Amino acid sequence: MGKKQAGTGPLSRRPDNSAFKQQRLPAWSPSLTPQTVLPTFYILSLVCLLLGIWLLITVEYTYELKVDYTDAGTCEQCFNLRKHAIDSSTPCKCTVSFHVPKTFPRVSFQHDVVRLSARCLPQGDVFFYYGLRNFHQNLRRYMDSRDDAQMVGRKNNLKAPSSYCAPFDYDANGKPIAPCGAVANSMFNDSLTVMYNPTDGSKIQVPLYRKGIAWYTDKNVKFRNPPTNNTFSLQQAFEGTTRPLYWQRPVYELDDTDSNNNGFINDDLIVWMREAAFPNFKKLYGVLNRAQGPFTEGLPAGNYTLSINYNFPVEPFRGRKELVISMVTWFGGQNYFLPIAYLVTSGLILVTAVVLTTVFVKVGKKGKNMEE
Amino acid sequence: MGSLLSACGINVKKKKVEEERHLRANDREFNLSFKYANNAIKTSKYNVFTFLPLNLFEQFQRLANAYFVFLLILQLIPQISSLSWFTTVVPLLLVLSITLAKDLSDDITRHKNDNHVNNRKVEVLINGELKSEKWMNVQVGDIVKLENNEFVTADLLLLSSSEPLNLIYIETAELDGLVSKPVNVNMNLADGANASLSAFLTFWSYVIILNTVVPISLYVSVEILRLGNSYFIDWDRKMYHVKSDTPAQARTTTLNEELGQIKYIFSDKTGTLTQNIMTFNRCSINGKSYGKSSKKKVDFSWNPLADPKFCFHDHKLVEVVKSGSPEVQAFFRLLALCHTVMPEEKTEELFYQAQSPDEGALVTAARNFGFVFRSRTPETISLVEMGVPTTYELLAVLDFNNVRKRMSVIVRSPEGKLTLFCKGADTIIYERLHPSSSKLMEVTTEHLNEYAGEGLRTLALAYKDLDEDEFEKWKERHHEASTSLEDREAKLDTIYEEIEKDLLLLGASAVEDKLQDGVPQTIEQLAKADIKIWVLTGDKQETAENIGYSCNMLREEMKEIFIVAANTAEEKSRLLGKKSQVVEDEKVDGEYGLVINGHSLVREIVLLIENRIYLTACMCQAVICCRVTPLQKAQVVELVKKHKKAVTLAIGDGANDVSMIKTAHIGVGISGQEGMQAVLSSDFSFAQFRYLQRLLLVHGRWSYLRMCKFLRYFFYKNFTFTFVHFWYGFFCGFSAQTVYDEWFITLYNLVYTALPVIGLSIFDQDVNDRWSFQYPQLYAPGQLNQYFSKMAFARILLHSCYSSLVLFFIPWAAMCDTVRDDGKDIADYQSFALLAQTCLLIAVSVQMGLDTYYWTAVNQFFLWGSLSVYFAVTFTMYSNGMYLIFTSSFPFIGTARNSLNQPNVWLTIFLTTILCILPVVAKRFLFIQLKPTINDKVRHKVRQAKAVPPPLPRKFPRRRISTRRSGYAFSHARGYGDLVTSGRFLRIPVKSRPALFPHTDTCESVRS
Repeated sequence: MGKKQAGTGPLSRRPDNSAFKQQRLPAWSPSLTPQTVLPTFYILSLVCLLLGIWLLITVEYTYELKVDYTDAGTCEQCFNLRKHAIDSSTPCKCTVSFHVPKTFPRVSFQHDVVRLSARCLPQGDVFFYYGLRNFHQNLRRYMDSRDDAQMVGRKNNLKAPSSYCAPFDYDANGKPIAPCGAVANSMFNDSLTVMYNPTDGSKIQVPLYRKGIAWYTDKNVKFRNPPTNNTFSLQQAFEGTTRPLYWQRPVYELDDTDSNNNGFINDDLIVWMREAAFPNFKKLYGVLNRAQGPFTEGLPAGNYTLSINYNFPVEPFRGRKELVISMVTWFGGQNYFLPIAYLVTSGLILVTAVVLTTVFVKVGKKGKNMEE
Repeated sequence: MGSLLSACGINVKKKKVEEERHLRANDREFNLSFKYANNAIKTSKYNVFTFLPLNLFEQFQRLANAYFVFLLILQLIPQISSLSWFTTVVPLLLVLSITLAKDLSDDITRHKNDNHVNNRKVEVLINGELKSEKWMNVQVGDIVKLENNEFVTADLLLLSSSEPLNLIYIETAELDGLVSKPVNVNMNLADGANASLSAFLTFWSYVIILNTVVPISLYVSVEILRLGNSYFIDWDRKMYHVKSDTPAQARTTTLNEELGQIKYIFSDKTGTLTQNIMTFNRCSINGKSYGKSSKKKVDFSWNPLADPKFCFHDHKLVEVVKSGSPEVQAFFRLLALCHTVMPEEKTEELFYQAQSPDEGALVTAARNFGFVFRSRTPETISLVEMGVPTTYELLAVLDFNNVRKRMSVIVRSPEGKLTLFCKGADTIIYERLHPSSSKLMEVTTEHLNEYAGEGLRTLALAYKDLDEDEFEKWKERHHEASTSLEDREAKLDTIYEEIEKDLLLLGASAVEDKLQDGVPQTIEQLAKADIKIWVLTGDKQETAENIGYSCNMLREEMKEIFIVAANTAEEKSRLLGKKSQVVEDEKVDGEYGLVINGHSLVREIVLLIENRIYLTACMCQAVICCRVTPLQKAQVVELVKKHKKAVTLAIGDGANDVSMIKTAHIGVGISGQEGMQAVLSSDFSFAQFRYLQRLLLVHGRWSYLRMCKFLRYFFYKNFTFTFVHFWYGFFCGFSAQTVYDEWFITLYNLVYTALPVIGLSIFDQDVNDRWSFQYPQLYAPGQLNQYFSKMAFARILLHSCYSSLVLFFIPWAAMCDTVRDDGKDIADYQSFALLAQTCLLIAVSVQMGLDTYYWTAVNQFFLWGSLSVYFAVTFTMYSNGMYLIFTSSFPFIGTARNSLNQPNVWLTIFLTTILCILPVVAKRFLFIQLKPTINDKVRHKVRQAKAVPPPLPRKFPRRRISTRRSGYAFSHARGYGDLVTSGRFLRIPVKSRPALFPHTDTCESVRS
C-alpha cells in the first residue's frame, strides 16, 4: 500500500513533512490532575445541591391528587360489567366521591424562594388527567399498529389502511377501518365529570377545557382530517370506512359538543395516539376553566364527586384507572425524583470529593507513587 | 562467479504421492508422455470470471458477513422486523464493496508478480541449440543454462559449472518451498496471528446479536483506523532512509496493533544487524599498532591493483610497507597466502570469492597494501608483491576446523625458502609460540585487548621458517595420515599439531563487522522495552557471539551467559539442564544471555521444552542461535509461537529469512541490498534495522493503544446502547420495542459516533514519540495485552452496565410521572426515546472526551460536529416537512420541538451525564494517585517537564568491553582446503590479465 509516484531525484520518495503526516498536530492533552479534578468535584457538588434545593422547593409547591376509580364507590358494578366483552355496549354510569384537602394551587407563599420560583407560573391552572396502570401502550406490535398516513388525512390511505394495522385494518365485511390499528381501537373512552360539593350549596360541575390538550404539532401537522368543504361534510369524507371495533361512535362524531373537534383531529384521540412510554401513565383530559367562581382562583379545597361513563375495561389486563388532578410548574408535574436525585448526587459527589482529597493529600501529593 | 552452468530441470509440483519419476534428459516428447505439471507459478486466486462469485463466496464465509445477510433476511419479514431493512443493507454493501476492491487490487498485484516470474527468460537446450525460453515453458527433463545472478524457478540438477572448482554459489530463497506457495500462506498466518484479538471480536460479534449495526461499523472502523495507522508508517520521515531513498512501508494493514505487543524478536544477523561489510580496521605488527583513525583516508593510487572500496586511515602503515619493513611485509604476505579465497578476474577487475567476509577483508587488505593475491592453482599461489609478480609453491594447507581454530599454509617462496604461515585465535596461537616471542606477545596482547574493546574481531598471525628435511619427514607422515582409512581426522590433527609449534608472532589483525547504523541503541531500547531478542544466524558461534556483544545484546553486566555448544543433543540437554537449575535456584534476578549452537537445534528445543529447560531460553534476555539453516529459523520461531503464546516478530533482509518472516506473526523486511524476497514476503519493510525501534515503540505502541482504546470505547458505547434496550424490556414486556428512534439506531454508529471514535483512534497519543523513546517501559503493557484483556473487557461490561442503568432509569424515574410545563404529555414513548438517546449520546461523547489524551483540532471538530449533526439531523427528521413527505418513515414529528424545550429534560440529561462520568473520573483519579501505571507516571513526568526530551543520539560511543574475544576469520564449515589443494575439481585456471583500470574512490566514511 501507499505507493508513491515514481518520481525522479534522490529524495523523490521522501514523505511530506506535514504535521499531520508526521503525527505532530498541535494538540491539547488534558489529564486528571488534582488541580482540575478536585475543584470540579466540589463545584459540581455545590451545583447539584443548589439545583436539588431549587427543584425540591418547586416540586413542593406543585400539588397533585390521584383518585383511583377502578372499582371505587359505585364503580365496582361497572368494573364487573366490563369484565365481559358481550356487555360492552351496555352503558354504565357510576360515581366516586373524593376530598381535596388543599386548594389548587396553594395561594399563600411562605417563602420568598417559592414566590420567586412560582412567579413565572401560569397561576391557578389545574390539570385533569386520566391515569392508567399496567396498560402497555409500548408493546412493539401494538405501537406499530397504526397508520400515520391515514391519520394525516390522505384520501388514498383512508380507504386502504396500512398492513401494519392488521388485524384492525378491515372489518369482517372488508370495510376499511378509520382510524385503523390497535392503538386507535383501544382508545380510552370513559367520560369523566367532576362535581364540586361546596359545604354551603348545591353541586357545581367543575368546568373543563377539553380542547387544547394535545401538542400543537400533533393537532396541526400530524393529524388532519380528509379534505372537506362547505358542501362536503366530514361524515361524507369518511364514507366507505367503518369505526374501530371497540368504538361506540364513528370518528367523525367523537365530540358531540364541538364539530371542529371531530375526525382525526379530535383532541382525545390525538392524546391517546401519543403512546405512553411506560405501562403506568396519565394523559391529559382537561384543564380547569377558571372563567367563573368558585374556580377563578383554582380548584378550591372541599368535597367532590367524580361521575364516570364507565366504558374502558381494565380487568382483562389487571389494570387500574384513576383521575389525576395536578398543577404544573416550569418543572412540570409533581415528580420528586429529580430533586431528590440531585440532592443525593450532590452528597455522593461531596463524599467522593472528600475521599479523593484525602487520598491526594495522604498519598498523591508526595509524588512517591509517581516515581518509577 | 563464473557464468556457465547447465542443469537439468525437474519440476516438483507433486499432485499425488509420487514414488518415482521417469524422465529422459533433453527428450521433451518422452517426458511429455507422463503429463508432468508445467512450470508456471500461480499465486493468484482469481481470474476475470471467477473473481466475483468466488470472492463473494469467500466473504460470506466470514461469519460476520453471513450473519448480516441472515439478519437482513430476518428484517425483510415484517412480523419479525423491528428495524427497517436499510439499517443493515447500507453498511453491508459498503463493507462488501470495500473488501471486494481490496481483494481485487491484491489479486492484480499477484497476477503481475506471477507474470513477471513466469516470463523470466532462461536458456534451454532444445534440439541441440540453446533457445531463450520463458521459465513457465520449461519442462521436466529440459537442460537449461544459467548465468550468474539469474533467478531459478524450478528444481534443478547440477550437471556442470563453469567455475574452476565446479563450485556454484546459490542463494536459496525458496529453500523451504514456502515462496512458491501462494501469498495467501502469509495471509493465513497473519489471520492466525490476529487470533487473540479477532477471536475476541468474533466472540463478541455473537453477543452483539442483540443489536444490528454494531459489528458492521466495527469492521469498517477497524479497517479505517488500521489503514490510517499504516499510512502513518508509510509517511513517517523518521523511518525514511535518505541514502537509498526508501520510505518505510506497511505492506499489510491488518497487523499494526500487534506491533505494540511484540514479545520476541527474531533477527537475522547478516544484512540486518550488520551491514555484511567487513573492514580491515586495525592491525598490530611487530608490537606496533596501526589504524588509529585519523580523518584522512589513505590514498592507494600507487597500487594499480588496489580495491577502490577499501578504506584505511593510517598513513604510517603505507609508509612502513613501502619502506620495505620485513615484518610488515611478512604480515601482509601471510594475509595474501594463508586463506581459501578464490580469485576471479572479470572485465579487468579482480574479485574475491570468499566464503567468509572476514577472509575477504583480510585478503583485500593485503591486496591494497601491495600484496595482491592474483590466482591460485592446486600447487601454486600467485601474488603481486609490491608490483612484482611472485609465485609461491603451495605445499600444504592445514585447514581450519572448529577445534583447531586456526589455519596454516606451508609454501615455498621463489627463493626456495620454506615457510609456514598460520593465523588463528589468539589464545590458540599463543600456546604455540616460540619463547622468543614472549615479549612481543605482551605488547600484542595489549593491542588485542584494545581492539576487542572496540568490538573488533581479532586474529593473531604467526609464521615459522621450516627446514627442508624436517618438512620432508613431516610430509611423509602427513601423507600417511591423510591416506589412512581409520581416524583420519584425528591423525591429521595430530600431524598438524606437530608442525604448528615454535611459531614466531607477527602481529594481529582486527576486522570490523560493520554494524548497521544505530543497531546497539536500538537493541538496548528494545531490551528496555522488555522485548526478548533472538538472533538466528547461520554464522558460527564465535562470530555470532561477537556480534552479540558489539550490538549490545550480550552485555558485561549480564549475570551469566550460557553457552551451549555441544555436538550431541543429549549432551546439550544435560548442559542446559544444569543451566536452568542455576537459573531456577537464583530466581531470575539478573539478566541472562544464552548462546545455542548446533545443527540439531530444533530437535533440542523440543526436547528442552519437555524438560522445562526451554524456560531457560525464554528467561534469557538475549538468545543467539548460531549455525541454523533457514528452515530451522522458521522452526525456532514456530516453537516459540507455539509454546509462549506471545507475539513474535521476525526481521531479516535476505532470501534465507523468508521462511522465518512468514512464520512469525509479523515479518519485517529490510529493503536493502540483498534483493527483494524478504521484503516481498514481509508485512512491514524499511531500510534500516534502527527503524525497528520506531516501528515498535512509537507506531506499534500507538497503534495498539489506539486499537485498544477504540475497542474499549466502541464496546462501551454499544453495550451501553444495547443494555438500555434490555432494561426497557422490563417495561415493554420484552416485546423488542426499541428505546430509541429507528433512525437513531441506524445513525448512531454510522454518523453520530463514527467520526469521533475514528478521530480518537487515529490521532490519540498518550505521550509523543520522544517520550516514547525516553521511556521504553511504556511498551510493556502491550506485551501483556493489558489494555484489552478479558479483565479489561469485563470492566467494560460492568461500566456499560452501570452507564446503561443510569441512562435508562434516571430518565425513566424523571419522566414517568411528569408532564410538560403546559401540562401536556412528555412521558410518551417518542419524547422518552428522544430523551434516552440524547442522554446516551451526550454521555458517550463526554466519555469519549475523557478517553481522549490528545485533542487535536480534528478531534474537537469531530466531537462537536457530531453532536451538532445529531441535533441538526434530529430536528430535520422530526420536522413537519419530512413528515409530510415521508409520513411513515418519520413518525417522530414535533418530538424534538416539544420536549427539548423542557427544562426537566435538560436537567435529566445533565444528571445522567454527571452520574455516568464522575464515577469514572473518580476511579481514574484514585488509580492515578494510588496505583499509577507506567503510563500515568510518564504522563506525570511530561506534565512536569519543561521541554521535550532531546532525540536519542544516533551514534553513541561504543562501550568498552573488557574481555577479549577473538573473531576467527574463517568460514563456519570446514574450509575449502581440500578442494583447493586436491586439484581434482580444478580446471585450467583462468588466465590472469594484468591491466586493471584505475578506480574512482567510492569509499564510505568509516565509522569511528
